[in-house]
Amino acid sequence: MRLPRQRGEVIDRSDGFEFRWNGRARSAFRGDTIISALAAAGERVFSRSFKYHRRRGVVSASALDPGCLVQVGDEPNVRGAHRQVAPGMDVFAQNVWPSLDFDLRAGARWLRRFLGPGFYYKTFMAPRALWPWYQRLLRHMGTPGGTVPRERSSAYFDKRYAHADVVVAGAGPAGMAAAVASADRGARVMLVEEEHALGGHLRYGAGAHLAELSRLRQEIARREEIEVVTDAVVFGRYDDNWLGIVERRDGGGSERLIKARTSMLVVAPGLIERPYVFDGNDLPGVMLATAVRKLIRLYAVRPGERAVVFSANEEGDAAAADLEDAGVEVVRVVDGRRGEGIRRALGSSGVREVELDDGSRLRADLLVTATGWTAPTSLLNMAGCRPRYSPRAARFLPDALPRGVMATGALTGDGSLEELVAHGHAVGEEAARRAREPDKDIVEIPALGEPAHPELFRSDTHGFVDFSEDVSSKDIERAADEGYTSMQLAKRFTTATMGPAQGKLELMNMAHVHAESIGVSVAEVGTTTWRPPYVPVTLGALAGRNFEPARRSPIQVWHEDHGAVPLVAGQWIRPEHYGNPAEEVDNVRNRVGIIDVTPIGKLDLRGPDVPKLLNLVYVNKWSKLPIGSVRYGVMCAEDGVVLDDGVTGHIGEEHFIMSTTSSGATGVWEWLEDWLQTEHPEWRVLVTPVTSAFASINVAGPKARELMQRLVDDVDLSPDAFPYMRVRRGRIAGVAHSFMWRIGFTGELSYEIHVPAAYGLYVWEALMEHGRDLGIRPFGVEAQRIMRLEKGHFIVGQDTDGLTQAGSVGIGNLIKLDKPDFAGKPELVWQADRGARQRLVAVQTLDGAIVPPEASQIVKGAGSRHILGRITSSRLSPTLGRSICLALVDSDATEDPLTIRLPDGREVTARALDQLAHFDPKGERLRG
Amino acid sequence: MLLIPCVHCGERNASEFRYAGEAGRRPDPTSASPDVWRHYLYGSGNPAGWVTERWYHRAGCRRFLVVERHTVTNTIRVVRPAGA
Repeated sequence: MRLPRQRGEVIDRSDGFEFRWNGRARSAFRGDTIISALAAAGERVFSRSFKYHRRRGVVSASALDPGCLVQVGDEPNVRGAHRQVAPGMDVFAQNVWPSLDFDLRAGARWLRRFLGPGFYYKTFMAPRALWPWYQRLLRHMGTPGGTVPRERSSAYFDKRYAHADVVVAGAGPAGMAAAVASADRGARVMLVEEEHALGGHLRYGAGAHLAELSRLRQEIARREEIEVVTDAVVFGRYDDNWLGIVERRDGGGSERLIKARTSMLVVAPGLIERPYVFDGNDLPGVMLATAVRKLIRLYAVRPGERAVVFSANEEGDAAAADLEDAGVEVVRVVDGRRGEGIRRALGSSGVREVELDDGSRLRADLLVTATGWTAPTSLLNMAGCRPRYSPRAARFLPDALPRGVMATGALTGDGSLEELVAHGHAVGEEAARRAREPDKDIVEIPALGEPAHPELFRSDTHGFVDFSEDVSSKDIERAADEGYTSMQLAKRFTTATMGPAQGKLELMNMAHVHAESIGVSVAEVGTTTWRPPYVPVTLGALAGRNFEPARRSPIQVWHEDHGAVPLVAGQWIRPEHYGNPAEEVDNVRNRVGIIDVTPIGKLDLRGPDVPKLLNLVYVNKWSKLPIGSVRYGVMCAEDGVVLDDGVTGHIGEEHFIMSTTSSGATGVWEWLEDWLQTEHPEWRVLVTPVTSAFASINVAGPKARELMQRLVDDVDLSPDAFPYMRVRRGRIAGVAHSFMWRIGFTGELSYEIHVPAAYGLYVWEALMEHGRDLGIRPFGVEAQRIMRLEKGHFIVGQDTDGLTQAGSVGIGNLIKLDKPDFAGKPELVWQADRGARQRLVAVQTLDGAIVPPEASQIVKGAGSRHILGRITSSRLSPTLGRSICLALVDSDATEDPLTIRLPDGREVTARALDQLAHFDPKGERLRG
Repeated sequence: MLLIPCVHCGERNASEFRYAGEAGRRPDPTSASPDVWRHYLYGSGNPAGWVTERWYHRAGCRRFLVVERHTVTNTIRVVRPAGA
């Protein structure tokens, strides 16, 4: 029933439209919430409860309202009493089957005595064979909430960083006054308000409240230093006043995450009215005083016809007055301050009668309760504050706060409107001062008056404590009887405070009923811990947009133009192959191929002490490496485990270039910096990462030299002048400042060339052009992996794992334990003494047609459960026409042949080779 | 999020840094017993109180810092360059 115009109403009566509720048209005004529009249309039931499928209506008419979760289009669990309705919106009741009016699962109430706390731990244990059936049943019965679409959400999520001097959380009178005062003291202020408009409880207040609200709003609008963010919540306060703020956008379907760093946080959330526990307290028509006032004053909705008001404070009295104004017959005001009380509400689909303490019954369709408040101290708790329970106030009050956090408003005590505004003003001024003068002493602002309020939590009947989870006071008593005498455990066992309202409505009642059950006071029980997030935040908001970086070599465009299949390797996009990796291998082995190896890590090392650094980080010796030579090295961490490997060349006076694995490039750089900065700050070495400053191309194959000779004019490429493991600087295809080294991962005669990145594509195309008659073809990462496996070269991280020490990978002669020191040396000394636990071996299956998948097990004989090792790499070798593998095998395994168990359970026999290389073990091809 | 007062860059978000473990002296590799060496590798005090640790300012000056931090309050009292 829509009332005549109210003074503070937020609906625009000139803008009416239709939306749908369970498929039927309903009308609404701009500014209505989903629930206010439905209530205006006479609806009282908006959902069914979680466990017993009881009808639920308005309780708090706020975002917390447990009875008002609805499905909007494809978005589940929308807070219907907060979300504003929009034209054409498609709203459905949740948790109903088959319909809101007729829910078959409401039959669960007959099972109520079996559905007490922890019932699923007790009831559904035996017989075990029925577990899958129990699971399906519980899924069907126990899934509150709406349906999540299978398709990707079309909602847009964004992220923002904000830097404020003062963030004020909550824009009631105190918060607004604090924002104004801070701004006047020169602070940049962000004022964050959960509702759609500023004002807090002033919005639904009397004339004086509305006048003050209008004044404060004007003060705020006049100040550019204040940024107002509405429909947003500070959901977390983290170290050094790092705040998470969730801002609802586009009417609520999308959210933006604001990460704010602020000098000062002023917490001014006001209070949350708490329900009263009594029999029938969840019937539609039982509402909080604040809910009734909002419905009447903001949305001009008449919440009922005949009301009983149970009031223990001014809010209840104001609600009674508002009801009278709205033409609701107030049958009785039951005054909790005078010891009067209510016992139960009766009715089936809604309140019909109210029974008072004296046993008398009153006919009414609306029962309004105003029995006290919960102080939402969350943000203070997150800042380390431990609020204390005041029996006099019947709520928690803040304790000492850290320098960067202040509280104001009703959270800190009671006061008149003038006192609230004055307190907010004083706190705002002090916050601005603390932000500006971080080193000066703080001034404590005295708290507002300690309130006096009767401790009213429960009648002498039992009712619901947690509406979201259907937990009654009886359930909590039962949990205590069963030994759950700790609040933390009782909470988890009964799930009270663990539903969508997350304790904000029910925490105090839970604490009281629990304390009563075990015979202690609320102060002794304390509360459960308030943790972020204070309100639900969508995963979309936390994830934000996808900003995953991708790196491409300057030649990648060519690869894509020539049919390369992309491979994602860490951050890099690389060509995996160009159609047929086996043919690419064949071409390298018999003619010449080129591969783009730009992602290889490259570090430019300069200074007189580079050899000392190399001696320290590599297991082998570097002191005598002459200019023009390169050497292969393996790096270990301090636990002796292989960290990275690569080739380093001495390319000039006090000048080296180190190459690393592609994925290890950053880690190795930081590793070198760590040694230089922490252990040897006296060494003179400059490390510069140059990975993407150069484009890198490996030219490999028997015709590699012939091709290079066509493009290099200032370096003698003859085998004697530029032999294996040497480096030369020169011009390639006319591109100066290039260098080339003769190394070969593929096992063929090869030149790895590095040219300034801007010329990478040009040099690549020149090689393709000049190599055409030599049969040149590009090859990708897959062909390179096959060829390195044919040669038995291990890949760090593929053929080694987090426990593989250097003595296990077949480089024994490289490890120089006679060096005085190098990273990981002690562990490698001890490994050498006791012998390696595992070693890397080349393995070939007797049936060369079978390629054992990587990670196949090597076991101690057919059918054995004793695992000796595993296949780390395997491929079909096009060169040898058979499968080839590398494996990590226990060193003391003497089995011959080896038994390999494939993932599908089949077993094949294989033999280990004497050396790691399957092909050209002497390396004659690459030295040629 | 923690703010770390980098000696070179000023106060920066902890996300700019990489935690590099508790700071400890590297034992003499030629004489350290396995117990001593492995304590250096794996043993961290993890006290509820003041701890001396290393942070690497990856997204800033790229210097290793030694930071004294209280693990209960996250207060930082000393920051100095590593190796100094």
